[in-house]
Amino acid sequence: MEKMSRVTTALGSNAISGKTMFCHLDAPANAISVCRDATQVVVAGRNIFKIYALEEEQFVEKLNLRVGRKPSLNFSCADVMWHQMEENLLATAATNGAVVTWNLGKPSRNKQDQLFTEHKRTVNKVCFHPTEVYMLLSGSQDGFMKCFDLRKKESVSTFSGQSESVRDVQFSMKDYFTFAASFENGNVQLWDIRRPDRYERMFTAHTGPVFCCDWHPDDRGWLATGGRDKMVKVWDMTTNRAKEIYCVQTIASVARVKWRPERKFHLATCSMMVDHNIYVWDIRRPFIPFATFEEHKDVTTGIVWRHQHDPHFLLSGSKDSTLYQHMFKDATRPVDKANPEGLCFGLLGDLAFAAKESLITSDANRKPYPGGDRRYPMFFFKKPDPTEQFAHVSSALSVFETDLDSHRMDWFVKTAQLYLLSGKPFAELCDHNAKVAQELKRPQVSTTWTMLRIMFSDPANLATPGPNHNLGKLGTLPLMNSFSLKDLGSGMGAESRLERSKGESRQDNIHLEPGNSYISNNEENEETEGSEGHPEYMFGDAELDDDDLYSMEHDNQTEEQEYTLPQEAFQLRHEIVDNPSAPEHLQQDKADSPHVSGNEAEVTCLTPIESFSLISISQPLFSPHLPASFFCPIVREMLSYYAEQGDVQMAVSVLIVLGDRIRKEIDDLTQEHWYMSYIDLLQRFELWNVSNEVIKLSTCSAITCLNQTSTTLHINCSNCKRPMSNKGWICDRCHQCASVCAVCHHVVKGLFVWCQGCSHGGHLEHMMNWLKSSAHCPAGCGHLCEYT
Amino acid sequence: MSEQGVQVPRALASGPSAFIPAKEILKEGPNQDVLIESFLSLGRVDHISMVMAMHPAYLCCFLKTQHALLEMDGPLPRQWRHYIAVMAAARHHCSYLVQQHSAGYLEAGGEESWLSGLEHAPAKLRSLQTLNKLLAHRPWLITQQHIQELVCPGAEPRWSLAELIHAVVLMAHAHSLCSFVWGCGLNPEPDHIGGYSFQPPSLSHSPHSPAHSPAHEDGRHELADGAVEVEVLMKRMVELQQQQEEECTQEEMVTRFERERSESIPTAVVRGAPPDLVLRLVEEPEFRYEDFAPRGEQAPPTMRAQDYSWEDHGFSLLNRLLPDMGQLLDEKFQIVCNLTYHRMAMHEGVDTHTLRKALWNYIHCLYGIRYDDYDYGSVNVLLERSLKVFVKTMACHPEQTTARIYHSFWRHFRHSEKVHANLIVMEARLQAALLYILRAITHYMR
Repeated sequence: MEKMSRVTTALGSNAISGKTMFCHLDAPANAISVCRDATQVVVAGRNIFKIYALEEEQFVEKLNLRVGRKPSLNFSCADVMWHQMEENLLATAATNGAVVTWNLGKPSRNKQDQLFTEHKRTVNKVCFHPTEVYMLLSGSQDGFMKCFDLRKKESVSTFSGQSESVRDVQFSMKDYFTFAASFENGNVQLWDIRRPDRYERMFTAHTGPVFCCDWHPDDRGWLATGGRDKMVKVWDMTTNRAKEIYCVQTIASVARVKWRPERKFHLATCSMMVDHNIYVWDIRRPFIPFATFEEHKDVTTGIVWRHQHDPHFLLSGSKDSTLYQHMFKDATRPVDKANPEGLCFGLLGDLAFAAKESLITSDANRKPYPGGDRRYPMFFFKKPDPTEQFAHVSSALSVFETDLDSHRMDWFVKTAQLYLLSGKPFAELCDHNAKVAQELKRPQVSTTWTMLRIMFSDPANLATPGPNHNLGKLGTLPLMNSFSLKDLGSGMGAESRLERSKGESRQDNIHLEPGNSYISNNEENEETEGSEGHPEYMFGDAELDDDDLYSMEHDNQTEEQEYTLPQEAFQLRHEIVDNPSAPEHLQQDKADSPHVSGNEAEVTCLTPIESFSLISISQPLFSPHLPASFFCPIVREMLSYYAEQGDVQMAVSVLIVLGDRIRKEIDDLTQEHWYMSYIDLLQRFELWNVSNEVIKLSTCSAITCLNQTSTTLHINCSNCKRPMSNKGWICDRCHQCASVCAVCHHVVKGLFVWCQGCSHGGHLEHMMNWLKSSAHCPAGCGHLCEYT
Repeated sequence: MSEQGVQVPRALASGPSAFIPAKEILKEGPNQDVLIESFLSLGRVDHISMVMAMHPAYLCCFLKTQHALLEMDGPLPRQWRHYIAVMAAARHHCSYLVQQHSAGYLEAGGEESWLSGLEHAPAKLRSLQTLNKLLAHRPWLITQQHIQELVCPGAEPRWSLAELIHAVVLMAHAHSLCSFVWGCGLNPEPDHIGGYSFQPPSLSHSPHSPAHSPAHEDGRHELADGAVEVEVLMKRMVELQQQQEEECTQEEMVTRFERERSESIPTAVVRGAPPDLVLRLVEEPEFRYEDFAPRGEQAPPTMRAQDYSWEDHGFSLLNRLLPDMGQLLDEKFQIVCNLTYHRMAMHEGVDTHTLRKALWNYIHCLYGIRYDDYDYGSVNVLLERSLKVFVKTMACHPEQTTARIYHSFWRHFRHSEKVHANLIVMEARLQAALLYILRAITHYMR
């Protein structure tokens, strides 16, 4: 005792100092409490009950209160509290339901003072009155709270929480008579210590147990509660109804909550499960902890601020059997590590972006998104700086709206309306559609149409419709180039790159087996028009330079038409490749092409003979009579690609335009699926006419029959008024002919037209003729019928 | 069909339970919305639901939980869930549940061959065997190593924590449900093996009819004595409630706990070998619940309820890993803990809290969970020996339950009250198993 008091006097006068430190306990701690002058801390647990002195550099064990060879369960503490007025007085709550007080001033080894065994179940919490020396409150699992006068042997009053387990009890700091109790069912009750019969007020604070509560040390109205629902809530109790004013969402159930001294908006929490850290929150910034202590290796069970007027020292005990003193300056500040930028997509493709204001404004000055015509900063949201201690942060939030949607719909609608699907020769349809696509700035689609025309046009027909092809070989060349150029340049995506890489890998193949690879050579040609140079590899597989030449050529083409390389070589090569696409004018060249390629080979290759023979072998495959079906596989692939990309419009349009050329290549179900999707889309855009046209033009029986749904007309017999089931003109029941022409008085078996005014009618022709000459109804009813 | 030479099966059982007369069950059974709903969704009302329908509040919650566990969103595929339940039920030789879940498994698109033996199931499922075994019989042996073996990065095949916890809850659920099935003597469903027969009904006697079971007959004769027993029990309960806690040392409390835990209750009634259908799904069938050694010898460590409780720890962990499941189970535990009709046998307006508490704590005690704040002396006072036999059999060796055991406790109580006791045993057992495994997982996560 003497030693202790000496320590007290030594530290009592000047401000407390220290550093982050810890000591090992022998057993897990359940709770800790600190004496008023902040020099000693008591640690209590199932198997530990000790007092440590807080010295400058370390914890020093002062006293072991757990005495006896086989300590009773009364030493198994769930909670402990050091009296804030009387420095020798401690109280513990035992797991067996006992409330024990301890007097450190006792001379004997066993400091146990009083023992109250009134609770039937575990006592979860004990609490001394902040100003009254002899008043002790306990809350137990059995649902009762008891108030003890330490001068008496038993409790002075019992408060019933209606059989719900009490998890925490706390005297109010400011109201002498008030205490708060939190319950396992989520309720918090306010009691007046003088009225044990019923609570003053009750409200539901959490879903699930409320594990802890704490009154604000300065503000009389504020009560913080923490629950299993992972929330810390701050309640304003001054109003009639408890009002939730702040809410902090943590990541695990909240076991303890303690207001930070001298900081009005700060509180410390620790969790009961999973999360071992201690957090200090600024309740106005509920999304990120203000500070974190990460020292413990198991759940923290007790936290207490070392001195009630010093915000810089936090003590904590844990299940990992350590006792820590945390210095606030050593805490981790998660806010420093937090990513200050946020980015999120909205449901409709809008993009929200939040960043430090400084960043955004400087960005705006520099115009960082030069092509950002889709960028519409919606509003800037400035957040007022809430704390003196948080770094001054204000963020700007920009929302970028996507206009893409409306654009996309536009092109869809326009395309649907402008495309021609029938009624003209195939080549014209293709040209027309290519033009439509071109105007809508969809070069890939446009080129596809053009290519389709080239692939499938009957060579004989092509001479007339293709004036641009009269330009000759050089004319076709740019076309091909533009295709590859656009593909690569427009960034339309994976397809072109995919093709390209395909082409490249194929080149490799050729390299590997140059001798007999004319089959793969064919594939190449049918698939990509852009792979002009490949046959060359067959001539000159020994020449590495050629490889380079080829790739260079490709690059150059994308920029300019003027080649720096020997001109003939490339032209000739193109001729060879272009042959399979079979524009008519090239047919003449066809005959010469062996020679041409021979020449080329002479120019570029060392082994002309070989290449010559190879060319002549492959020649038939490149013949102008290449059947259209030759292209079917790649067209099929192309259609699937479009459909998968979501452009079912293209797939269906091509399907219709190509008609029988491609239909058999694609299985009916897929076709039907495409049709259905496209029709559905069209109908959503209320393009009824187009959808009808598509239905009409489709060859799938499942689709064409769409137009026949709900086209049945039920008619009743004009004599007996019964439905006519069998035939339209004779009634089964009355055996009368129902529809008789008013002009010729014969039965109408075909089209029956009738006046909607008088409902007389007859054969279409008869009625037409009749009404040409007369204005009155032929039946003589006197009605002035009209036929328009 | 008979004329065409097709044998027409005939349902054997005369009601859902072999122990409880059908009319008892049907008295409170029909017209419940829950039953109607479950009939509409499943096309049948199984025997479990019929018996549980004696306690509608509980049944509702039970079905909700079971549905969430087996059908709703979760980390495991549906057929796996049923297969795990089959594995779990097989540990207790519960052919009823094995067949129920086998059907569910096949319905969910499971491969039939798996059911012919564990060796046909994927290695990942087989790796659950150890945990299944321990969880069923000696959950206190589960350590974080067991979890680690399945979850840690090197493990092959590896379980994710969410998958594992789902599997674990499934197993614990099935194990405890086995207790209920055996404890209520549920008859096989008409489409189960043993639930139908091709023999024409014989007039002489039907062996399954409970009304003729000798034990039951005995019960009737002793009804007069029974009334006295109830009186005594009620008096004791009142006494216990009023009694001021007499000071007793920790030593004494521990002794009382240990006495309950290690009290030898003869349960080892050897039954006939389980059907092959079940046996081929069990590994190490001889691994069983083991009585705790008498004090002094090496007793397995006790789990202190205050250190790891469902309310504080178990719930939080489960809710974190398997959202909603924690909530559902919590609700179920609360319902079963608070379920009371304020009556006992022929008496009305009785507070049965102490009796229910004693039952619950006794089961936890059998599983080595000790409450510091509970005096285990009252278990001895309130639970008569025949009841203890029943409870221990059900909780630890459910497959050994017999009609005699069922009929010999609480002879004068209503059947619905016995079913209530069954529910308490089942849920207490479930919670105990969950606490052990969740504690191991918590330790692993630390």
